[in-house]
Amino acid sequence: MMKMDKPVGATPLDDNPKGLVGKPLDRIDGPLKVTGKAKYAYEYEQVGDASYGFAVGATIAKGRIVSIDTASAERAPGVIRVLTYRNAAPQDTKSREAVPQLSGDGVKYYGQPVALVLAHTYEQARAASYLIVVRYAEEKGAFRLDEAKDDARTPPDLPYAKTDTDSGDFAAAFAAAPVKHDETYTTPFQEHAAMEPHATSATWQGDKLIVETSNQMPTPGRKSIAATLKIPPESVRVKSAFVGGGFGSKLDVQADAILAALGAKAIGKPVKIALTRQQLFHAVGHRTNTIQRVRIGAAKDGTIQAIAHESWSGNQPGNDEFEPAVLATRSLYAGANRMNHHRLAALDLPPAISMRAPGEAVGLLALEEAMDELAVKLGMDPIALRERNEPKEDPELHVPYSSRKLLECMREGAKRFGWDKRDATPGKVQDGRWLVGIGMSAASRGNMLMKSSAKVRLGADGRVTARLAMTDIGTGSYTVFTQVVADMFGLPMDKITVLLGDSDFPDSAGSGGSFGAASGGSGLYDACMNLRGKLCQVAGTTADKARFADGALFVDGKSRPLGELAGEGGIEADGGIEPGSTKKDYAQHSYGAFFAEVGVDRDTGEIRLRRMLGVFAAGRILNAKTARSQALGGMIFGVGSALTEELVLDDRYGYFVNHDLAEYHVPVNADIQNMDAFFLPELDDKANPLKIKGLGEVGISGAGAAIANAVYNATGVRIRDYPLTLDKVLAGLPT
Amino acid sequence: MKAFTYERATSPEAAARAAGAQVNTRYIAGGTNLLDLMKIEVETPVHLVDINRLGLDRVEEGKDGGLKIGALVRNSDLAADPRVRERYPLLSRALLAGASGQLRNKATTGGNLLQRTRCYYFYDTSKPCNKRAPGSGCAAMEGFNRIHAIVGTSTQCIAAHPSDMAVAMRALDAVVHTVSPEGDTRHIPIAELHVLPGNTPQIETVLRPGELITAVTLPPPPKGVQVYRKVRDRASYAFALVSVAAIVDVAGGKIGDVRLAFGGIAPKPWRDEAIEQAIRGVSADDASLRAASAGLFADARGHGHNDFKIALARRTLGAVLAEAVS
Repeated sequence: MMKMDKPVGATPLDDNPKGLVGKPLDRIDGPLKVTGKAKYAYEYEQVGDASYGFAVGATIAKGRIVSIDTASAERAPGVIRVLTYRNAAPQDTKSREAVPQLSGDGVKYYGQPVALVLAHTYEQARAASYLIVVRYAEEKGAFRLDEAKDDARTPPDLPYAKTDTDSGDFAAAFAAAPVKHDETYTTPFQEHAAMEPHATSATWQGDKLIVETSNQMPTPGRKSIAATLKIPPESVRVKSAFVGGGFGSKLDVQADAILAALGAKAIGKPVKIALTRQQLFHAVGHRTNTIQRVRIGAAKDGTIQAIAHESWSGNQPGNDEFEPAVLATRSLYAGANRMNHHRLAALDLPPAISMRAPGEAVGLLALEEAMDELAVKLGMDPIALRERNEPKEDPELHVPYSSRKLLECMREGAKRFGWDKRDATPGKVQDGRWLVGIGMSAASRGNMLMKSSAKVRLGADGRVTARLAMTDIGTGSYTVFTQVVADMFGLPMDKITVLLGDSDFPDSAGSGGSFGAASGGSGLYDACMNLRGKLCQVAGTTADKARFADGALFVDGKSRPLGELAGEGGIEADGGIEPGSTKKDYAQHSYGAFFAEVGVDRDTGEIRLRRMLGVFAAGRILNAKTARSQALGGMIFGVGSALTEELVLDDRYGYFVNHDLAEYHVPVNADIQNMDAFFLPELDDKANPLKIKGLGEVGISGAGAAIANAVYNATGVRIRDYPLTLDKVLAGLPT
Repeated sequence: MKAFTYERATSPEAAARAAGAQVNTRYIAGGTNLLDLMKIEVETPVHLVDINRLGLDRVEEGKDGGLKIGALVRNSDLAADPRVRERYPLLSRALLAGASGQLRNKATTGGNLLQRTRCYYFYDTSKPCNKRAPGSGCAAMEGFNRIHAIVGTSTQCIAAHPSDMAVAMRALDAVVHTVSPEGDTRHIPIAELHVLPGNTPQIETVLRPGELITAVTLPPPPKGVQVYRKVRDRASYAFALVSVAAIVDVAGGKIGDVRLAFGGIAPKPWRDEAIEQAIRGVSADDASLRAASAGLFADARGHGHNDFKIALARRTLGAVLAEAVS
């Protein structure tokens, strides 16, 4: 087990011009996906016939079930059993990992499963679900963040985010600052809306439970399921070989997995459950809305003297997870006097959970729009303002950055985008009926490393097989890990098999928080190093004298094929990574800069993105193609958060009105006309042995603010209430 | 979805007979709206009559220089028909502004006319809705009503008709042809096909039980420039907040004959003689047309979240007229 206590020195991945790492290779799982051969959770063919479960969601947000009449449903064609809290198996309701379902008469949120119909076919189960009559004793709930804000509490720190940080004397410095900015920004409820709905196929084999489910983290997933069902973790196997997008909604085990396990146990047959699109908007969780106040006090030359970012978010009563929206503000810009706080309001809504770049994704919408507004007040170029406030070290932790190329990203982006052609005065550029403007913003996302392990095996046939309980949620994990292993042994891609998505494999961090490639990949790297060591031993040499190339180990000009060294039985090695002191000795972030050009229809207020560019520095790039796809995907998420995505609360019912993809508007192809992403060369030897940093989320972190700033530049209309729908633009346009 | 029986009809008359033989029967063509509604049990037919093979899938020349569009002509095919593109570009543009490529490949002419509203509460059987469950109330009136109607509504229902195609057809004075279970045929002007909600929002058209749309005829194209403009929340695959279908003829520097139909603002494809009257005779220049449009829709009423649609309708109309004369 390798621990990141100091910068890594030279590694076998460095200075390898023939290496595969970094190349823009196609995804190795691409053909499986486009031909339908990649099996997703709902598609596994179980042992014997599966039965189908359909969940019934509560239609109140808070209260108690008074009665459930299941008689008609039980008599409906094809129905095997109906489970409710009255007959579902007892589960753990105490431990933090447990996610009990149907475990009491209490209703905590709209859409909470209150019954499960098990039938021979899916449509039979669904039809019968409409026959169940539930009567509730409804209680008044709190749903609105703006109303609950004043009673918000100070929650405990999150593992990755302090609740409050303060340094210097913000109040005095802000009061004394010659130029002040003080505005409040709001972001709406958002839904992950992954393409693959949450789905599970569950099978009991004696006391052992096999759960094929769409989950980002099989290792903690197994523990969570075992804790819930009060069985040993060894009795649960979670398989998630392919996951059709997660964005945070599949970090935790969700209702579908527990319901399928309960159902399968109850009827003694495998059970499949897929949540419908409409159901998962409530059943799974969402990103909380936020209210964010940003205050910046600056000298006339733009030097920030005081900065404060306060964010209010909501979650269920007793749930301490807050949206860490002020994270980026703590590290992005210099300034001696700082005050960055989070408050959390109790709301009787479905759980507020992590969604792509928790914190930065919405926090930078506020901060980076505020910086643009400050630049306007100062009469400064927005890039120059950021250059002026480039810190020499982390301004709150007072440690060096592990690597930071924010200025380089802004400069490179400005050059590629033609920033110098921008007219800083709003409303100056017109193209037919379109008012045209451009804007920029900075990107920043914290880099993480999690404990993760792996096993690699070299066979007599010269092939290497790697196993780890990591996932590929559409990010390219299979491909980049194959590239890493290939380069570690000097083998071509087709000699490597990477197996993921199985909790029986060595424990892994899984996919989340942009730490998947770094954590899973570093554990894999360590296992490869250990296997290299064993092979050197067999060859009677040491690693410093050996070279792995062309499927052989070279020592003193002589080579031995790897398969021969492995011997008939093959040879294997374990490895792992855990974070060490570099975590606190260095501030670690991925950086970038966004540039956007929008057209705003002068009559209708419609905003259309004309072009967008992201330039990023995120350490070593493992695969130029999958990295670019990740960045573009993040930026498209950013377009959604800027322009269209809003889950609308109806506070009479405590539910989200537009709970389908017809009316929850994610961007479509026609919204994304011209978008590109580039990466600057960078190696981060403090982050992990691969010298990479996270890039799954940096693409969204700040992206929407560039669009809001471009809308201001086009029209002079400043909108601080995301998303920027046309009605908000219209309100500011001349009649 | 509830279990149902299914048959495939082989002629329009046989289809109508089959539909008339059993209550709670629905025709199924593209199924792009009906199947979704069946899955969530907003629609619960006991019998489906498949009309995909009735041979009504052709666009033919009318005797008078117009076109006869079979009810089963797919939206994609109709939009791409060279005669439509040349003579009724308005219709082609409206069709292409609707839904997505995949949906347009399935959706039919008759089905498009009869698609149901997108009111959020109509789609949620746990919420009151006078259209879905008469007498249960209207959740939209005091709820989230951003996409709802501002004209033609009632105290019972404020749902908007979602079609683009029907708005263009309304401007073109299309005629809807039907056959009844008894074999009777009739020709219904599109203006009369849809009815306003009043006290019976569950009744959306004048079609009688089992009556089947067989074709839509378009009269010869009227003189003038045709424009279709759809305003929406994203560039594709979103329903209109406001849409305008305009046919504008200019004579002697002034607006002559003009036809204006609106989508997204009413329970049916909307046309208002008073609006056309107000535009007729206006000087055919940008400023005059915008000014004239700004005073219209005086009787429109918002319900909170959709208040912006009144200004949006005026502004969009002004822009469309300005475009038509430019």
